[in-house]
This record gives sequence, structure tokens and C-alpha cells, in this order.
Amino acid sequence: MSSADIYKELILDYYRNPRNFGKLDHFDISAHDINPLCGDEIDIQVKVGEGNRIEEIRFFGKGCAISQASASMLTELAKGKDLEWVKTLSKEDILKMLGNPELGPSRIKCALLGMKVLKMGVYGFMGAKLDNSED
Amino acid sequence: MAQSESLDMERVRADFPILKRKVNGKRLVYLDNAATTQKPKQVIDALTDYYSNYNANVHRSAHRLGEEATEAYESARERVARFVGASPKELVFTRGTTESTNLVRFAWGERFVRRGDLLVTTLMEHHSNIVPWQLLAKQKGATLKFVGLESPGTLDMASMEELMRESPSIVAVTHCSNVLGTINNVERVCAVARRAGAVTVVDAAQSVPHMPVDFSRIGCDFLAFSGHKMLGPTGIGALVGKKGLLEEMDPFQGGGEMIREVFPDHSTWNQAPQKFEAGTANIGDAIGLGAAVDYLSSLGMGVVREHEVELLGHAIETLSKGKGFNMYGPPDAEKRGGVLSFNVADIHAHDLSTILDEDGIAIRSGHHCAQPLMKWLGVPATSRASFYIYNSLDDVEALAAGLQRARRIFKV
Repeated sequence: MSSADIYKELILDYYRNPRNFGKLDHFDISAHDINPLCGDEIDIQVKVGEGNRIEEIRFFGKGCAISQASASMLTELAKGKDLEWVKTLSKEDILKMLGNPELGPSRIKCALLGMKVLKMGVYGFMGAKLDNSED
Repeated sequence: MAQSESLDMERVRADFPILKRKVNGKRLVYLDNAATTQKPKQVIDALTDYYSNYNANVHRSAHRLGEEATEAYESARERVARFVGASPKELVFTRGTTESTNLVRFAWGERFVRRGDLLVTTLMEHHSNIVPWQLLAKQKGATLKFVGLESPGTLDMASMEELMRESPSIVAVTHCSNVLGTINNVERVCAVARRAGAVTVVDAAQSVPHMPVDFSRIGCDFLAFSGHKMLGPTGIGALVGKKGLLEEMDPFQGGGEMIREVFPDHSTWNQAPQKFEAGTANIGDAIGLGAAVDYLSSLGMGVVREHEVELLGHAIETLSKGKGFNMYGPPDAEKRGGVLSFNVADIHAHDLSTILDEDGIAIRSGHHCAQPLMKWLGVPATSRASFYIYNSLDDVEALAAGLQRARRIFKV
């Protein structure tokens, strides 16, 4: 696979016109992480609705086309889903979402950063919620 | 294409076995020399020769192999020291620049830096010339301040002079920026710092491999550099220090080799530089670095510098014509080292290096271990092409063509 394939229309489109880009005024989950090797940054905010569903989700950040497009596509995929669904997300799901680009070990981290941030946020939220319910 | 007359490119390139390999079916165009350089067969042979023919521990084995190894190790020290205008007694072998700056932190800093002292570095440093001073400042209750920069990336000497009024104990500065390419007037910086009573540390990781460097002429107290960025093996480098300073410093690590006598309750130290080389030395790699220095000396560092200025000048001229090309640092090739940091339109540096890799072109992308500088530049990352003796004008042309291909893919 050549980079002409990796950077197909889809990824370039999401890189230049990211969907769900920005911040929420009200949110229940907020998480941030960086890829220290490249300096890619992703923040994700989620408003959790009834039945632990992702009601609203936004991301912002900076970095390469792969990290930014991947995060943006993930927010579209996640909207309306149950938080439990986030826990089941795998590397394969993300690569499939991106159209299975052939990425080396360093670039795969770019592709997975958005998922890592969303999982961090969701796990933190569920942990916090469990503690609260013990009151 | 025409090359600088003084460097026989064909002969030089033939000395580097790796240049024969293909990457993705393409000729390797290696432009990541500021990260690490390739090795000529003379260096590889020196390593093989040591391990095949006279491998032994140094300074303590009274047998033939031990004597040969000791002689080769100390001869490497002499040649590396001479290469940077220092005496062998002033040259401590380390793992590289990072260990060298950390050696100053521990062996000088722990003894002489006091609570409330000021340590000074600059905004254009590699993390290896920032983090050790942060750690030292934290440990000692000292303060770390940064000399600012002026556009397009030179030291703001007015802010430096101002900091000198606070009488810093250490001033640490790079000779040549690994991102901007800026060659700092370290002679002047060190003179100003010394007048203020500071001990001066010069990070020469990007200068010693690429231009004539003279320790005594710079007038610094410490000079740090890495072997692997100058044709030598990884894991070997040096700290050059003024003899008087090395003598009054505490040891770096404790163990064998660095002692004179050991008693159950105390020990006395070997003289410098052995005082700072605890444990079995990195003998093979020191010998390899000696071979690297011989190789560079045979070309002549003036010639090496001229070659890089020519390549860099050509690269700046050619690449600047491309759409959306943004370079960082001084625009004049004569005033900078052979590194060129840039961005192309909105193509992220990592995407760019992925695309170039398919053309067999190796460049570096990211923050280059210089995050405070990236912040000053206002970019999260840059691409960086860095040149060395085996790069040709054809390599510059290949890079220009690769950037054109990236523009097409990204529809710039």
C-alpha cells in the first residue's frame, strides 16, 4: 500500500474538515493525552445521556492527518453508543474505520491516540460513578 | 551534478556500506544525520579488529592483549582530544552528550551549586541541555532561567547580558541548534558568562561532527559531544573539561577504575579523567570513535563544513521555490549548520516523513527533543533534513521531488 492509499480522500477530508471538532459547554467526561514521540495531542469531551449513552461528543487537538482524522471519525462512530461499547473498542476496529491503512509501529500510535483518550475518559467516568453510587 | 571540488564524493560514498542498500526499492537518501550518522567501513573495521584481535580490559591487565587494548584506548583518547583542541587529560569518555551534561550536573553541580543560585540555559536547547539543569535546580533549590531568542532564531544577547547581572553559577548553551541550525557565537557567550563568574557548558553535539571546533578557543569550561553523530559507534561520546575544574570536582559514579585507594570507611580518587570513568570502559566504541576522528581528519573539517554549506545553500534555494514551504532559522547557509527544519503547507511533519520514506528518503519529524523551542516557533512539529559528507546534490533533488509528491497527495 502506498501513501497515496493511506492518505485517501477520506482521511484528508477529515483532517481538513474535522467533524465534531471543538469543545462542549457542558460535559461529563473530559480526557486528554499526547503522543510524546510526535507531539500529537487529542482532547475529547463527552456528555453522557440516559442509559449511559454518548449524547454529545467533541474532540480538539493538533497533530498529523492520521491522528486527527482518526479521532474525528471515532467521535462520529461513538455518538449514540453505550459507554460499554467504548470498552470493547479494539485496535482492529480503529484500523477498519480508517480503511485498513498499512501503518508502521510508530504511525499506528497516531491512529490509536483518539481511542486511547476516549477510553481513558470513559474508564475514569465509570470508576467515579461507581464510587458515587456507594454513598 | 557538480560537487565541491575538495570532497571526492564517489570515494567517500564507497566507504559507507549502508549506502548500497535499497529502501522500498529506492536508493537510500539518508538525511537524518543530526539524529545519527552512518558509519564508514574504517570504523566498522576498527570495532571488528578490536573484538577479533586484541579484546581485553584496559589499565589493569599485565598481559599482551591488555597492553594492546590500553594503548589503543588511550591513543583514541589522544586523537579525539586533539580533534577538538584539548589535551587528553581533559577528555572524559562518556556515553554521549546527555551523559556528559549529566556528569557536569552531578560531579560539578552537586558540589558547587548552592540554594538560591541561578542556572542559565537558552530557549534553543536540546532537552539534554535543559533537563539536567532543571533537575539540579530542583535538587539544590536553585532557579533555572532561559536566554530568549530573536527572530528568525538567534540568541537574544540583550536578555543574556541581563541574566548575567544576577551572577549565575552555570551557563549552558548549544554551539549549533539541532532544529534551527543557528551557529551561536559561543566564544562571546562564554566570555560574557565568565565575566559574570559562571561555569560554562557548551553542547557541541551538532558542531564537532560538522565544523572545526577548538575547545581552548571557545573558552568554555566544559564541551560535550556524541560519537554516533560523527561517524562513530553509539554509546560513546565525550566531556571535555578544563583540567583545574576536573581536578576539584567530585567523582561521577563510584566503582572500579575511578579510585586510587579504597578502605572500608573511605576511598581516594584516581586523577582526571579516570576519576570520571568508573567501571570497565567502553573500550571498543572508544577505539571506533578514534577511527571516526581519523576519517574526518583525513577529509579535513574545513572541507566537511564547505561541503555542507554548499548542500544547504542549494537545498534552501531549491526547496524555497516549492508551494507552501516554510523554513525555520537563519536563511543564510553560511551562518548555520547543515540542518534544515521546515514545514510544507498544512502537511504534518509525520505525514510528510511517511510519504518521503516510500521514496527511500529518511528525514526526521517531530519536536526534535526541543519542546521549548517548538513553542517559541509556534509549531507542534517540524520536518528536518540534515546533511553530512556522503550527501550529494542529487539527494537534495530527491528531497525536492519527494516534497512535490507529498503536495500532490495532500492536494496542496
